[in-house]
Amino acid sequence: MQLNWRTLALALLAVAAAGIHQSAVAQARAEKAKPTLQIEGSTTVGPIADEFTEAFGKLHPGVVITVKKTGSGDGIAALIDGRCQIATSSRMMKLEEFKKAVEKGVVPVTHTISMDGVCIIVHPSNPVKALKTEQIKDIFTGKITNWKDLGGADKPIVVISRDTSSGTYESFTHFVMGKDKMFEKVEYVNSNPQAHSRVETTDGAVAYVGLGFVDAKVKALEINGVAPSKKTIQSGTYAFSRPLFMFTNGYPELGSPVHAFCTFHLTEKGQEIIDAKGFVPVTNY
Amino acid sequence: MSTQLADSDTQTAGFTRPLLLTPAQDRGGWLMGHAGLAALMLVTATSVVAVGLIFVFIIREAWPFFQAQGFGEAVSGTDWSPEAQGQERFGMLALIFGSLYVTAGALAIAVPVGILTAVLLSDMVSFRVRQGVKPIIEILAAIPSVAYGFFAVLVLAPLMQERFGLHTGANALNSAIMLAVMAVPTIVSVAEDSLWACGRELREASYACGATRAETLLKIVIPAAHNGIIAAIVLGMMRAIGETMLVWMASGNACQIPHPWYDLTQSVRTMTATVAGEMGETPKGSTHYHALFAVGLMLLTFSLVLNLLTEYLLHRARRSSGGHA
Repeated sequence: MQLNWRTLALALLAVAAAGIHQSAVAQARAEKAKPTLQIEGSTTVGPIADEFTEAFGKLHPGVVITVKKTGSGDGIAALIDGRCQIATSSRMMKLEEFKKAVEKGVVPVTHTISMDGVCIIVHPSNPVKALKTEQIKDIFTGKITNWKDLGGADKPIVVISRDTSSGTYESFTHFVMGKDKMFEKVEYVNSNPQAHSRVETTDGAVAYVGLGFVDAKVKALEINGVAPSKKTIQSGTYAFSRPLFMFTNGYPELGSPVHAFCTFHLTEKGQEIIDAKGFVPVTNY
Repeated sequence: MSTQLADSDTQTAGFTRPLLLTPAQDRGGWLMGHAGLAALMLVTATSVVAVGLIFVFIIREAWPFFQAQGFGEAVSGTDWSPEAQGQERFGMLALIFGSLYVTAGALAIAVPVGILTAVLLSDMVSFRVRQGVKPIIEILAAIPSVAYGFFAVLVLAPLMQERFGLHTGANALNSAIMLAVMAVPTIVSVAEDSLWACGRELREASYACGATRAETLLKIVIPAAHNGIIAAIVLGMMRAIGETMLVWMASGNACQIPHPWYDLTQSVRTMTATVAGEMGETPKGSTHYHALFAVGLMLLTFSLVLNLLTEYLLHRARRSSGGHA
């Protein structure tokens, strides 16, 4: 009889475990029954999609959304193979991809969700006001290492980049670097605010951020004679600007979660998110 | 004989448990005893197995990288450009150098500061001061590294630029100083414990022989506590080499070996920062993904080798000091 309390405890434990298992199974079943939304593609659009998902989850709690950031090409391939309902992309679909999609019975429909503009920022005290794309490339490849070569003070340039896995890095590489690598003295920071605060506190620094992170504490340079602003980025007169897309198979059924997600950028909350992530919403006002 | 029995009977008068077990109780007791042992063994084995599994997992994920790229470039190249389309390079030398560099820098600051503080607390101030100061130092260890990172980026970096005229405040020196601050509490705590544990007798014997306090400290107490002091340094070193968030924020992450190599004011990048910064967005199964595991394996190997090396040195020191533990 003296061992009874042990037996009792074990029995209780077993019952509890069975209960947890039961509820886990039930939960898994419930998850399975929920409509799922697979999103895959661009690392640039990824942060927007993530935030959309979070806000979207509050409005449509029944939908399970997964966002994969594998690259624009992978996302489009996944859409063609039917592995995702929405492909995010930082470039237009290529003709080859379009042909392949049509062959497989997929009709790609383009949703332009925002504009992506990358601003080059320097310390406010820096006399340099404008640069050309080539000069920026020379800074990041290490050909120009002193501001005096660009009409500034005799001061070494502290070159700051975003980490190589960020969408902003990907955009910058697309706009400026092309196939060339950054040189070894380039420093890396892991967020837009950190890039901003490094430039704010470092006289000789140059970095790149989304338009949403430009304020009075740093100075955004004119690129090829055009200053970055919502207007110039939307119209594309600013050199480092491009549209960001979501692709779906056919126009999504009205009222479906896919439709709601692809038009989320038109809502007030969607525009707020795009702004907060450093991108430029597509609007006419 | 009988009187003894009677004695023990009277002694256990209030003890109602029967002294003789039934066979079922006996079996039950044996079973429970062994079940308890097995349970404790299982719990203990979990951590050992976890270490083993971590190794297996990391080696398995790193293997495809070494298979495809070989060891040569990984350990001799300094060009780390994993995302350059068509011309990826996976040279880890600069990363390895960066890790060792900031760790060595941190130890150069933290070891003297930590050990001197430990000596002061254990032998030179009153017990009440020690009881008050030690917990405060240990609080330093409880501050999350991201908070240190903020301090490094927002306070120390601008300070270095404005007061000392450095081009960039996010550099090896910044990281080394912050890592030292993080390693000091570990070193102080462990070293002070071992100095304290040497005991009053040893010190009094030394004073009785006419030694001064300095002589007692340098020739008796510190040598007697050297095991604990070395352990303190190793723990501090592990803290520094494994730290991730702080170096990711404070070291600048430029993938280079400083030129000249002793220039602490240049940016460096550590192995930990590389894995932390790039892992999130790397497609699973890509060369870059496996390369990051290879970096992780290097890091693990480094800490293991450093650990074993210090174990060996400790062992040798123990033998030469005549078996004193």
